[in-house]
Amino acid sequence: MKPFLDESKPIYVQIAEWIEDDILKGNLAEGEQVYSTNQFAKMFQINPATAAKGINLLVEEGILFKKRGIGMFVAEGAKKMIIDKRKQRFVQETIAELFQEARKLGISKEELLILIKEHEGGESR
Amino acid sequence: MTYAVETRNLSKLFGKTKALSEVSIALQENKIYGLLGRNGAGKSTLLKLLTGQLFPTTGDIKLFGETPYENAGALSKVCIVRETGTFLKDMKARDALKVTSSYYPNWDQGLADRLVKAFKLDLKKNYKSLSLGMKSQLGIIVGLASRAPLTIFDEPYIGLDAPGRQLFYDLLLEEYGEKPRTFILSTHLIDEVANLFEEVIILEQGSVKLIEETDKIKERAFFVSGPQGEVERRVRGKQVIYRDTLGKTAVAGVYDQLTPEERSVLETAGLEVSPMPLQKLFIYLTDERGEGDV
Repeated sequence: MKPFLDESKPIYVQIAEWIEDDILKGNLAEGEQVYSTNQFAKMFQINPATAAKGINLLVEEGILFKKRGIGMFVAEGAKKMIIDKRKQRFVQETIAELFQEARKLGISKEELLILIKEHEGGESR
Repeated sequence: MTYAVETRNLSKLFGKTKALSEVSIALQENKIYGLLGRNGAGKSTLLKLLTGQLFPTTGDIKLFGETPYENAGALSKVCIVRETGTFLKDMKARDALKVTSSYYPNWDQGLADRLVKAFKLDLKKNYKSLSLGMKSQLGIIVGLASRAPLTIFDEPYIGLDAPGRQLFYDLLLEEYGEKPRTFILSTHLIDEVANLFEEVIILEQGSVKLIEETDKIKERAFFVSGPQGEVERRVRGKQVIYRDTLGKTAVAGVYDQLTPEERSVLETAGLEVSPMPLQKLFIYLTDERGEGDV
């Protein structure tokens, strides 16, 4: 197994997220062609069908689109779609997890808010 | 639809021992299959039947729609590479490669030359003086360069170190990308190669225990852990293939459908749901001590 991939979620989901990250980072611009399934297969040492499944996930969501006979491209507005989607997930999952862990540790909601503020202060110094 | 491999009620007896029992499988063209099974599960027997090296006791086999027995046409579409190698022992590696190449109508000499370079194999050496690792490399070169529509690797990595095996996986994927064809890979190093397989076949005691897409298997195989009573209550009705407890915490290994709704119910109940690696699933399904009945 090559780096970047882990067992935490399905491989094709990780491939989709990898493409999304590349779009967010600006490595893949809107309108630009995405790497082929064979390139992904070699890079991550996975079956090309798995890579195709990850790519198709993004096609279904409208983040990528297919040009027949040429390949997959980043759709217009892809970056915003990804940000919106991830924001939603951030609220639903990451923040929910934060509260769950806080509950386990007996940290009250008020305390948690103070901790977040303090952390934010430390971050921006 | 023509399958690369199709068997019906395939059985093989050695004396009174049933090595293979009523195996019916259909393998599609241009996919990479993983063949898994414990020692003595019947993997090699199945592969020998497919390649015409053994005759079935009952049942039949079709390769690309044709019977492989006394049918040179069908057999010329198949290349099998075994751990022990099948070369003539007393000749230079270069000559062994040359003799072997003549069996395969699609042989690609250019590819063979590139692979020899990739493995840095010295072809001037006598075959019998090659190390185990070099013999494995030669076998891998034959398998890939044969370009046989059905290429079978029966544990081809014996003697190959970790970097050597990684190189094999890379070359296999490269070749598969370039010339898609049907590969069967029999292996014990499951976690290392699980991501290469589009589908997995698990044999146990001569029968097919499981044949399924790798992605689907991975979606169905997971662990649920948390307070003992809660875990037991929540996995009721699911196929549990593994159980363990540590203090008040229980772990259940499940092989079953889990809808996103069911999953969030488990998580809201404070249980942890984590994926089960293919190797673990394989162990639970084929361990006589376990509860792994599918």
